[in-house]
Amino acid sequence: MSNRLHLATRKGVFTLERKPSGWAIKNVSFLADNCSLVMHDPRPRKGSAKKSKGKDHGTLYAALSHGHFGVKMHRSIDGGKSWQAIAAPTYPAKPADYVPKVPTEGTAADWVLRLVWALTPGGVNEEGVVWCGTLPGGLFKSENHGDSWELNRPLWDDPKREEWFGGGADYPGIHSVCVNPKDPKHVIIGISCGGAWITRDGGLTWNCGGKGMRAEYMPPERAYDTNIQDPHLLVQCPAQPDALWVQHHNGIFKSTDGASSWSEIKEVKPSVFGFAVAVHPRDPETAWFVPAVKDEKRIPAGGKVVVTRTTNGGKSFKALSKGLPQKEAYDLVYRHALDVDETGDRLAFGSTTGSLWISEDGGDSWETVSTHLPPIYAVRFEKPVVA
Amino acid sequence: MPLVRFTQNIQRHVACPPRTVEGGSLGEVLAAYFQQNDAARGYVLDDQGALRKHMAIFIGGEPIFDRAKLSDPVPPDATVDIVQALSGG
Repeated sequence: MSNRLHLATRKGVFTLERKPSGWAIKNVSFLADNCSLVMHDPRPRKGSAKKSKGKDHGTLYAALSHGHFGVKMHRSIDGGKSWQAIAAPTYPAKPADYVPKVPTEGTAADWVLRLVWALTPGGVNEEGVVWCGTLPGGLFKSENHGDSWELNRPLWDDPKREEWFGGGADYPGIHSVCVNPKDPKHVIIGISCGGAWITRDGGLTWNCGGKGMRAEYMPPERAYDTNIQDPHLLVQCPAQPDALWVQHHNGIFKSTDGASSWSEIKEVKPSVFGFAVAVHPRDPETAWFVPAVKDEKRIPAGGKVVVTRTTNGGKSFKALSKGLPQKEAYDLVYRHALDVDETGDRLAFGSTTGSLWISEDGGDSWETVSTHLPPIYAVRFEKPVVA
Repeated sequence: MPLVRFTQNIQRHVACPPRTVEGGSLGEVLAAYFQQNDAARGYVLDDQGALRKHMAIFIGGEPIFDRAKLSDPVPPDATVDIVQALSGG
């Protein structure tokens, strides 16, 4: 099981460790700075063990989002003890004669990095490759551990990309990047609001693959338009990469064909609304969600925090509440703030009100680690580095 | 030559000592400064080279007009102050 956990919060990166006495904060980095995302890359690094005194910790990435100074990226190879500033993705110069299309809603996306919203390691044998999803909708790739980034032009230049629009933000954003563990050229991304897009050639060509997703927030004749869907998060079962789950703006969807088509799961108590979803690393039928009252309210139903879990592919769900607050709780859990470790037994989630809970039995029961952290944006287990 | 000064708030992220540099426009002055301190560029300017939304620049105590192309003239003896706008939090 993973004994280390990293949190991206409104006030820095918090690293927790599990000791015999329980989970505790081990280290705080970038204290007081707004961190939108943290990502641990468990792939071994050439020369890393030497640089970090014998142990290969993999690579930790943090995306800071300064209110005044913009997005800044940092990297650590010693588990977060020390950090190195690296390049932030940069949009290319906007052509002088460029005239944007009017998107389905809102204003046209500009060519300026607003937020790093997804970070995903490349394939097992692609050392140094990292994918990065951003607001306002650009997908970037680094081939050198983040020393430099390149905008994926086939996707950015696709006219359908200009139809994307923001969900809860002024601009559209790529929040999910799933790299097929068996074929790193097969990448699936999730966009709010632009549905699910698929490449099978490493990003040279893309197709919108959200057939079956339904948008309640659009006129009925547009409800099944694949390019206006708002998947809040899209996750892939590592052992069966064609099995994916989506927590969508108005429901839960699953795919068994690599995101080409989706089926909707409607009967989930207390709610099908939420942001976060996690899928079991080996069992594609098991997934966890953190529900909330639907979009205009965004609070736990009845002031009770629960996790919903299916173990049969969505045929039924169980609301798990043991150890979670069951009255007057108003914690909202953002899309990256739920994670499952490599065993599928240990889970953690954090909330907008700074609460952090961890389960060691697949969600059956939960331990409160803290109720007074800064607002939590992302929760990520540090997975073992396997050579 | 114009003197460029930075807000104290930026210093904990990237060192930006005051410095006199050549230049007759704000764009030229900033380019000269960032030529000697490239790490500071992205803290002040966005991807397209415009002044970041929540940053402010004053030339001789007056706010600049052209935040996109930075064409405001800079007198030779002027002080250019780069500060954070309160709108950014």
